[in-house]
Amino acid sequence: MSADPQPAQPTALDRERTELGATWAETPGWMGWLSAVDHKTIGRRFILTAIAFFALGGLLAVLMRLQLARPEQRLVDADLYNQLFTMHGSTMMFLFAVPVMEGLGIAMVPLMVGARAIAFPRLVAFGYWMFLFGGLFLWISFALNIGPDNGWFSYVPLAGPAYGAGKRADVWAQMITFTELSGLVVATSIIVTIFKYRAPGMSLDRMPIFAWSELVTAGMILIAMPAVMVASTALILDRLIATHFFNQAEGGDPLLWQHLFWFFGHPEVYIIFLPAQGMMSTLIQTFTGRPIYGYIALVLSLVSTGFIAFGLWVHHMFATGLPQVGESFFTAASMMIAIPSGLQIFCWIASIWRGRIQWKTPMLYALAYFFVFLVGGLTGVMLAAVSLDLQVHDTFFVVAHFHYVLIGGSIFPLFGALHYWFPKLTGRMLSERLGVIAFTLLFIGFNLTFFPMHQLGLLGMPRRVYTYPAGLGWEGLNLLATAGGALMALAVITYAINVVWALRRGTHAAANPWNAGTLEWATASPPPAYNFHPVLVVRGRDSVWTDPDPITVIGLSCARREVLITRVVDANLDHRFESPTPSIWPFITAIATSILFIGSIFTPWAVVWGSIPVAIGLIGWFWPGSKSAPQEPTGAVIRERLA
Amino acid sequence: MNGSRTLDVAHLPDIGFGDRSPLRWGMLAMIAIEGAGFALLAATYLYLRSRVPHWPPGVPPPSLLYGTLNLGMILLSAVPNEITKRASRRMDSAIAVSGLAICIVWALVLCAIRFLEFGALNVNYDTNAYGSIVWFLLGYHTTHLITDVADSMVLLWFALRGPLDGHRMVDITENAVYWYFVIAAWIPVYLLIYVAPRIV
Amino acid sequence: MNMQSMLAPAGLQAAAIERLWWIFLIVTSLVFVAVIVALVAAIVRRNRDGGPSDRAAFRGVAAAVIATAVTLIGLITVDAFTARKLASLETDDRMVVNITGRQWWWDIEYQHPLPSMRVRTANELRLPVGRVVQINLQSADVIHSFWVPALHGKRDVIPGHANEIWLKADTPGRYRGQCAEFCGLQHAHMALTVIVEPQDKFAEWIAAQRQLGPSDASEQAARGRQIVERGPCSTCHTVRGTDAGGRVGPDLTHVSARQTIAAGTLPTSRENLRKWIDNPQHVKPGVRMPALGLSRDDIDAVVAYLGGTQ
Repeated sequence: MSADPQPAQPTALDRERTELGATWAETPGWMGWLSAVDHKTIGRRFILTAIAFFALGGLLAVLMRLQLARPEQRLVDADLYNQLFTMHGSTMMFLFAVPVMEGLGIAMVPLMVGARAIAFPRLVAFGYWMFLFGGLFLWISFALNIGPDNGWFSYVPLAGPAYGAGKRADVWAQMITFTELSGLVVATSIIVTIFKYRAPGMSLDRMPIFAWSELVTAGMILIAMPAVMVASTALILDRLIATHFFNQAEGGDPLLWQHLFWFFGHPEVYIIFLPAQGMMSTLIQTFTGRPIYGYIALVLSLVSTGFIAFGLWVHHMFATGLPQVGESFFTAASMMIAIPSGLQIFCWIASIWRGRIQWKTPMLYALAYFFVFLVGGLTGVMLAAVSLDLQVHDTFFVVAHFHYVLIGGSIFPLFGALHYWFPKLTGRMLSERLGVIAFTLLFIGFNLTFFPMHQLGLLGMPRRVYTYPAGLGWEGLNLLATAGGALMALAVITYAINVVWALRRGTHAAANPWNAGTLEWATASPPPAYNFHPVLVVRGRDSVWTDPDPITVIGLSCARREVLITRVVDANLDHRFESPTPSIWPFITAIATSILFIGSIFTPWAVVWGSIPVAIGLIGWFWPGSKSAPQEPTGAVIRERLA
Repeated sequence: MNGSRTLDVAHLPDIGFGDRSPLRWGMLAMIAIEGAGFALLAATYLYLRSRVPHWPPGVPPPSLLYGTLNLGMILLSAVPNEITKRASRRMDSAIAVSGLAICIVWALVLCAIRFLEFGALNVNYDTNAYGSIVWFLLGYHTTHLITDVADSMVLLWFALRGPLDGHRMVDITENAVYWYFVIAAWIPVYLLIYVAPRIV
Repeated sequence: MNMQSMLAPAGLQAAAIERLWWIFLIVTSLVFVAVIVALVAAIVRRNRDGGPSDRAAFRGVAAAVIATAVTLIGLITVDAFTARKLASLETDDRMVVNITGRQWWWDIEYQHPLPSMRVRTANELRLPVGRVVQINLQSADVIHSFWVPALHGKRDVIPGHANEIWLKADTPGRYRGQCAEFCGLQHAHMALTVIVEPQDKFAEWIAAQRQLGPSDASEQAARGRQIVERGPCSTCHTVRGTDAGGRVGPDLTHVSARQTIAAGTLPTSRENLRKWIDNPQHVKPGVRMPALGLSRDDIDAVVAYLGGTQ
């Protein structure tokens, strides 16, 4: 597919594109800014906001590392340190990692499946506002010294009514509600987009692997996030109205919290991991110039990982004294999940062997994965063994492990993918030179920070300690880790400078600067509001490579926001659907919902009174006729009014 | 980009019912979410049960009257629900709208019975963990009941106000699907709250 | 230097786990090298000749997956053997110690059929070499985790759950443990000293522990005893043989014989005891012991009394 269209009838197509541009345009002004429903706009907002939280979370980590650089330091007192590691973990997990993966999904999935819009765009807009408000709620509370301080996992009884004074634990629990609601609605939209909005002919086995990874992730979100919402609701109930879910004196159990939390918590890390695996397949395919080896195996790996991930949660509880027989099952499952992950790695190596590498920044990040994630995956195999876990559980060995898998397995591919999709989303190219510098700093800095932590764990340093005594052999390693942290900070700053520079002065990007094969590269950079005109029919995988002269769709209205709905498995034509127009109501509903959520940590009546504004918001949202005024009658209008 | 061949879609209808509709898939996702929630609450109930020798601990089991009455009423509500769903599928506005109205009235009666049910549980949410999980389970289902009644009322208002077009009919169909979920979810909840404590 | 290291085992279970560690480290390192070699080979030899054919690639990937599965099964098996070893200590002939985890110290009581023979101490666990010990773990407040890396992995201490851990120390020496589950403000300062000594020395020690409290022979010590009995100390602390019988805080009968105070925060010395009593919040902010407002002389008297036995 050539970078720029060479239409045989330029005038008609151009006229249509102009009309489409007006039909799909966002409303102007600040009202328009609050009413946006374009998935690319919302996707960019998600990504930007998530990265901002990443930077904030990283700052907290720098403070933690400064405190731990020397033994018995008093830079940061115990109370503040406990808040720091709680905020760091909560921010990274809930306000950065999941939202950024979802944000990329929102931005890229409709493009790569050839759709004009995302399903339920107003729901996605609502999801963004809930994410933003939840994050603000957490951070403003932190600034006001009522931020949580019991870890991102908030174990009871420490976070319960007896030992968790004030509102700190409630802030944490309700932040969960905000962010999980956001995640759930976005997951719903992504699933429906993938199932029903694919371009005609894009059967499921022709869909790009990144879309598959987002599909599996979204499915996992639907089942995992309710677990943490049940848990956090039960916690708020225990604290607010004296229920006894976790109170062993009245038949409750602190371990119930752990089961509920980790039933969510383990799939959560795979929710963060799987989209990055999709990114790996994407990057390796593009930067080796050949279709990825083992498409079916890769898809099956993603799906099976998604399922198996739900069977591992007890490996976070090996030290709690559960029966050995039960624990053995979780050891086996926790080890066996390495098989689909390994399968992906082997397929990627085969792909690299068969292709020609383009040595660009995104590929560097993809290659780094093999070094970094592999270490983390292997220490994960160690942790899966109960006997070994009993020694290294809750030590810095685990901190090393999960940073190696999360940063190696998710953040490196993410940074590569952001570099890769940056031209598509912004129309500018990032600087290669700054890209390589940032990558090098990150790779070295990361390993310097986290590799010593393995040794610290083996030497007995527990987690979540605000200081430690001298004489146990921990001093030098901690200092090294702090130095590495400084390099990581420099890497992130370099990346940010690259982004800012590119937005102002970067080369304008062509439609397909990397010569990639998937559909998002068949339209301009950045795409027009309506993504594609004409909509393309798909006849194979990687159709930009395999189908340079595709069949195009005609007959979609340019005066209304029409999208083409296709069938779930084979993407045969089904019907035309009108995509909702911009609306302020998702924003208003989000405000009302936030008031309900925040109020309900102070009084249960907030749920009752708060639901009235929420209902009003929803009514405005779904008010009929709020789609674009029909030029022609839509559907079969039965009658205008009854009686 | 001038393809030599084109695919004309102008003839396609602009609504789809059932699994042809994106709304159906959104509804299925929501059912998965809420179903997971119910499953986790049920698992919590059973977990707490496994921690004590006697169940219910220290209090009699909930009295059967209102819960069973609710069970019967909610199962019967499938009838007007199905009638409404089919009517809206074939775009029969009179029956769809009046069916929806009947479903709403029926559901309001269920809400009233549910209110009485809470009072007949023989335990309070702050008595012990058993009380807490029973109230959470029942409360979770009640939330679905109330929100379904509320959104059905809004839907009825929109339908009466007009235009009563294909999109509205799809909405009514999907609303009925959601109601089926509310009915189906009640069955295991009923069994856990009312039957399980009696069969030991 | 290696008092808290799992790589310097002093007991049966820690030794078994250490062996397991080396097996896992070697196997996983080999896997790492193998994958990296394959990757580098793939990069260096890429597409010279179009790369491996579909069939060759399939065989390669399949072989790698099978090798992975076999390796994992092997590791699971080795772990299962170790787990059996760890659980093999249970026997009737053992010493029983009850340990209650509290924010932020360890309440230790050596059990005995006769209540009067039980010994209560805090934060320091003495064990006889070669004897099997059953430690019953309870929590008085939040979740803690009992962990002495030189002897065994950790076991969580959970309110409402009766957990236990069985140990056998084989090498005499001094080791350090630490609470390994975040338990609030001073989680970082909830350490445990473990002293392993030959059986006869242990018997001596426990006999001495059963002796009644510190000597109040000198005038200052006698005054100190009075302050302990009649002042705020007795609300929380016990000194056997006196009227001080509080059970909220550590038993102070033989406090000066312990190597550290405040759960490993300060080495025991008269000066540190003084510092602690004067302002515990300064040493360990958030600790449950309040500043008592005792005068300098009073504190000196208390220290003279409690610091009596050595």
